[in-house]
Amino acid sequence: MYIKIKIINNINGDYMNNKEYKEFIKKYIPKPKIIENAIVSFIGGGIMGLSSELLLEAYQTWLHLPRKESGVLVILTLIVIASILTALGVFDILVTKFKSALIIPITGFSHSITSAAIEYRKEGLVLGIGANIFKLAGTVILYGTVAVYLFGLVRLLIGG
Amino acid sequence: MIYINAFLFCGFICLISQLILDNTKLTPGHITSLFVVIGASLDLFGIYDKFVLYCGAGAIIPITSFGHLLVHGAMDTANDIGPLGLSFGIFNLTSAGISVALVMGFLMSVLFKPKH
Repeated sequence: MYIKIKIINNINGDYMNNKEYKEFIKKYIPKPKIIENAIVSFIGGGIMGLSSELLLEAYQTWLHLPRKESGVLVILTLIVIASILTALGVFDILVTKFKSALIIPITGFSHSITSAAIEYRKEGLVLGIGANIFKLAGTVILYGTVAVYLFGLVRLLIGG
Repeated sequence: MIYINAFLFCGFICLISQLILDNTKLTPGHITSLFVVIGASLDLFGIYDKFVLYCGAGAIIPITSFGHLLVHGAMDTANDIGPLGLSFGIFNLTSAGISVALVMGFLMSVLFKPKH
């Protein structure tokens, strides 16, 4: 009996331990192209900022709005565009190309709301869309609100 | 000049977030929450207002501006009517963005079916 077990152990005996396995598969895991991703997201984000500044000035001249209101209109425009592109399935393709250049601007916020709503549509209007629409965007609002109370109370106490 | 500033500021924020995303295990959810808190803290002494002044929409578009607007609206109301204004004015400036995003999300989910 003992000999039998030993033979089986010998047959399967050359299995790798955990460390060797990790080193072995290291060659086959694709490395993230850190520098390329950084350059792409820098240029993409820059183009987003530049084009939204152009849009803001266009709103100022066409609609004769003050600068603050046209800023809000620019945000709303981006939200609407991102929401429609998400529904058409284009936004996910764009995100794989331009990385965080589309996640960090307000388009990412709109994308997270719309994609959660579309994904949970089949579970019903209330328990699907209603319960899950803030699934991803809720974290932004939650930590923003907590931060407001934190910094706001500190500033009211100090008077800053 | 404001165009170059807008390009550089928005690009720089996206660059930082992409570096965090590639080099750590944080997800986009973590990074957007982090940036909102950073934006809220930058409203102190009107630092972010200066960014908006010099970089224009380049500083309005990133998610840091969301935190800045939350604090800004709350502090404006709090300076007018006292500490209770912190709760009254918190969504004063961001309610347009949140409500439009919600309505668009609802409309899109009713009109379109999931792609995959």
